Amino acid sequence: MMQNIALIASGTVQTPSVSWTGLLPLIILAGAAVFLLTICSLVPSRITNQQLTIYTCAAAIGSLIAAIPLWLKVLDESKGPFSTLSGAFGIDGFSIFLTMLLAVSVVLVSCLAGVFLKSEDIEGPESYVLLLLSATGGMIIVGANDFIVLFLGIEVLSISAYILAAMNLKRVQSQEAGLKYFVLGAFASGFLLYGIALLYGATGSTQLTAIRDFLINNNLTNDTLLLAALAFLIIGFAFKVAAVPFHFWSPDVYQGAPTPFVAFMASAIKAAGFAAMLRVLYVTLGEYKADWQPVIYGIAVATLLIGSLLAIIQTDLKRMLAYSSISHAGYLLVGTQAASDQGVAAVLFYLATYTFMVIGSFAVISLNSGPEGIRTDLNSLTGLANRKPMLAIAFTVFLLGQAGIPLTSGFFAKFYVIEAVIEERSFGLAIVAMLAAVIGAFLYLRILTKIWLTDLETDDKDQNTITIPKQVSFVLLLATIVTLFLGIWPEPLVEMAQRAVPLLRAG
Amino acid sequence: MNLLNIFAAASLETSFPVIPVLVLLPAFGALAVALTPNGRIGLHKLLATVFTGITGAISVWVLTAFESNGDYQFLSEQTWIESLGIQWNAGIDGISLFLVVLTGLLFPFVVIAINPHHDHKAYYIWVQLLQTGCMGVFVSLDLFMFFVFFEIVLVPMYFLIGKWGHGNARYAATKFFLYTMLGSALMLVSIISLVVLHSREAGTDITFNLIEIASNPAISTTSARLIFLGFALAFAVKVPLFPVHTWLPDAHTEAPTAGSVILAGVMLKLGTYGFIRFGLYLFPEASHFFAPLFLTLGVVGIIYGAVVATMQKDLKRLVAYSSIAHLGFIVLGTFSLNTQGIQGATVQMINHGLSTGALFMLVGLIYERRHTRQISELGGIQKSAPVLAGTFTLVMLSSIGLPGLNGFVGEFLILLGAFTAHRWWALLAATGVILAALYLLWAYQRVFHGPENKDNGEEQTTPDLTNWERLTLFPLIAGIIFLGIYPKPMLNRIEPAVDKLVAHIEITIADGSFTEPVPTVQVRKSFEELLEETYESHSHSDGHSGHEEEKDHGHGSENHEDQSHSGGHE
Repeated sequence: MMQNIALIASGTVQTPSVSWTGLLPLIILAGAAVFLLTICSLVPSRITNQQLTIYTCAAAIGSLIAAIPLWLKVLDESKGPFSTLSGAFGIDGFSIFLTMLLAVSVVLVSCLAGVFLKSEDIEGPESYVLLLLSATGGMIIVGANDFIVLFLGIEVLSISAYILAAMNLKRVQSQEAGLKYFVLGAFASGFLLYGIALLYGATGSTQLTAIRDFLINNNLTNDTLLLAALAFLIIGFAFKVAAVPFHFWSPDVYQGAPTPFVAFMASAIKAAGFAAMLRVLYVTLGEYKADWQPVIYGIAVATLLIGSLLAIIQTDLKRMLAYSSISHAGYLLVGTQAASDQGVAAVLFYLATYTFMVIGSFAVISLNSGPEGIRTDLNSLTGLANRKPMLAIAFTVFLLGQAGIPLTSGFFAKFYVIEAVIEERSFGLAIVAMLAAVIGAFLYLRILTKIWLTDLETDDKDQNTITIPKQVSFVLLLATIVTLFLGIWPEPLVEMAQRAVPLLRAG
Repeated sequence: MNLLNIFAAASLETSFPVIPVLVLLPAFGALAVALTPNGRIGLHKLLATVFTGITGAISVWVLTAFESNGDYQFLSEQTWIESLGIQWNAGIDGISLFLVVLTGLLFPFVVIAINPHHDHKAYYIWVQLLQTGCMGVFVSLDLFMFFVFFEIVLVPMYFLIGKWGHGNARYAATKFFLYTMLGSALMLVSIISLVVLHSREAGTDITFNLIEIASNPAISTTSARLIFLGFALAFAVKVPLFPVHTWLPDAHTEAPTAGSVILAGVMLKLGTYGFIRFGLYLFPEASHFFAPLFLTLGVVGIIYGAVVATMQKDLKRLVAYSSIAHLGFIVLGTFSLNTQGIQGATVQMINHGLSTGALFMLVGLIYERRHTRQISELGGIQKSAPVLAGTFTLVMLSSIGLPGLNGFVGEFLILLGAFTAHRWWALLAATGVILAALYLLWAYQRVFHGPENKDNGEEQTTPDLTNWERLTLFPLIAGIIFLGIYPKPMLNRIEPAVDKLVAHIEITIADGSFTEPVPTVQVRKSFEELLEETYESHSHSDGHSGHEEEKDHGHGSENHEDQSHSGGHE
């Protein structure tokens, strides 16, 4: 049917050529979201969360499978990366790597959602629709080769995420989180749009390819406009990835929003944000490297140190992970700062491994947070090792991974980022990053101490009732295995990440 | 899959993949314990004993199969992360040989001799994982692999201290973890910088191979010095050297007996071994340049450790501070940069492992009997427990460095090496020997002599060592006496590797690829000469009796004014 439409379209009206297969992962996810919304409004009977989870997983897995032939095609020497929609949407290793990552995180998050939304009293298909749409937005971002498309993707991603954050109607913090996220996010979008406009003013195009070529071929006599655009763009992206000093929304939002969606924000949305940042800064504005690298350097140092320092003094688990997530954004910025293919590969590796660790961590926190999902203070983990040894082991793996202890994927992610940045001779940044790792380790040790080395007081009987549903144990098992496997043998993912180089191809 | 490859590749080269088995067997043991049901304490212990025991047996076999030359033996090589030039690359030479054996034997000993009081299963898992980590460090010939093992040992030790420790164990465990991690964090930056700079300057692919990098020194002197400091910080924390030692007394005091024995016996050696294998080998010039700094820190450690140990009220803390003093000796020997010094340091690592390990065992036994470690609350144990007292005396004398016991051999060689290279430091360090006698004998007197203090315990008398305890202590005592009387087999195996290392340092400094370090003391101008002489004369000396002559020889040929150094040794 798709091909028929394509034939009809190309026959009658003058439209750009569309590579439907190239857009298939995106189309599957978007189509699934719209279809679900339609069905649910037509058929009033209640659909259970379980069925919705299966549906969402199926859509995401379909999207993942659709991406595999694309990956092979892009890596094929004779075919290679290409762009479609007259150069507005690029399909290269970079975009497909991240598309697959987004699909995986949708699978994992929807498994969590199926269980925990019920306990938070969130029912109905809306959150699944929004989840799918948000991931669609992410997929648009990773492939965008035009600022208009990029902005479109960011808005689809963000607006869905704002609503997801406010999804729990009964809890005032959730509402607050949604509003805060929306106001600050809209503010950031404004900056971004302003930056795009200024960049258009400076270079005369919104196409990334055209901008890059323009900057390579022309020497601007006055680049004030361009530098201003750069500043606005960086602010916009920094907001999206919660880098210091634009991080203030993140702890509040993480604390208030329903936990499965927090996991989604920390993994998928962060990945999409960094995809946009890398494609714009590294690929498009690579000529102006000397101008943006010091800025990213400064932001990275601030993000690393403030993220890890503030994480230590928190007492709420979700806030702790929010700040630790900020400091992880710092590592990703370190990789970005390297502005090299190695740096991009390191960022991709980091994003892929962090996705599993952070979703796993939030799954544990959800399980531990009791039937209403509100018990998220540090003390609630007391004696978890005695109550649920397997859960404690899984959480330990995720925490050690995030601390960067060898034989977990987190160590190799940090190693790779630091390797990339040292190759570009930013030794100072590497040292700051490792110091932040030590400060961060204190946070994870605090949690580990609570889990393993503190015994439960006997009168706290109600904490003994953790049951782990099947979907969640699947998520935990998968995340644990991936974290350990990639820690012991990271080679397969390293090789993938090294091939996922972002490119710009004119359409 | 990957692990299987390691076995497969190793089995092609030698008939038996010794090193992968040595490293991975305890990890499989941990897995085996993890798979058994929770309540079966006896089974857990049996499995742990079998797995660590076989590892120990293999390490002894390595000792016999080892050929006394300076080469790396039992090499095992396997690609690990190809795109970044990272390999599984392991081998054993004379310097690491005895540390491998010590690691192999101390762990089954600990498993057999010491029972945890709770959570048996987790305990045996962590102990075995710790053995894997320590063993891995000692056999690594790849910088990445080394770092992985160096860092991974933190986790089991953190849990051993935190879960089975006494008192403020959580604080001590966290402090231990963060301190060591801080050091190794900067070492990671150093390792990567070294590898990246090396591949750039030498124009080769990125490689983490220790031997390749060391044999082709390409990076500039300044970079090498800075990178060396990154390594040195990590090792200094682990040793621990004077200003960064504060984690050690806490960790030792709060750790369970098993934790203390392993910590003192094996884990502190990760730092001193690192200095020799990675510090000196990779950065000869920087080691030479910074030698006065580390000699000073070593001597400060010796005297500070001894003085603080004298002041301690807690017996275990006293032993912990005595560790700082002993490790100061090892650092002193290492940075003498001559054969005797480094050989002495290597020997002393083993000796310290035996004697301090045994001391911690005995302190643990005393604690079990009297439920206190406060020296003032103990007293008169000798009357009711003469065998315990006798054993303690022997171990204590070995720790002091009494001739005829193992401690003497190492300390003597170190002081000899240090004296030929830097006599004033050696002179100061020798006072540490006297101080050691002071604090240990004084502690012995207060704990074992005098009237029996019965305020604390409900038992009327302190029970003596049981037969089982005598049996378990026997291997350590046997080691202490054997290595004291007949250290020759050990020295013979260590010597070629040390000679090779010293020759490596000599060549690298002499061939002009390094700028000449600024002379700081008068010994500097004859340094190369001295190295050459000691190197030559050493190759036909045997045992420590041979070194006696050599000291005079080396001393005389240097034409220093004759100076009394008789206070240097007992």
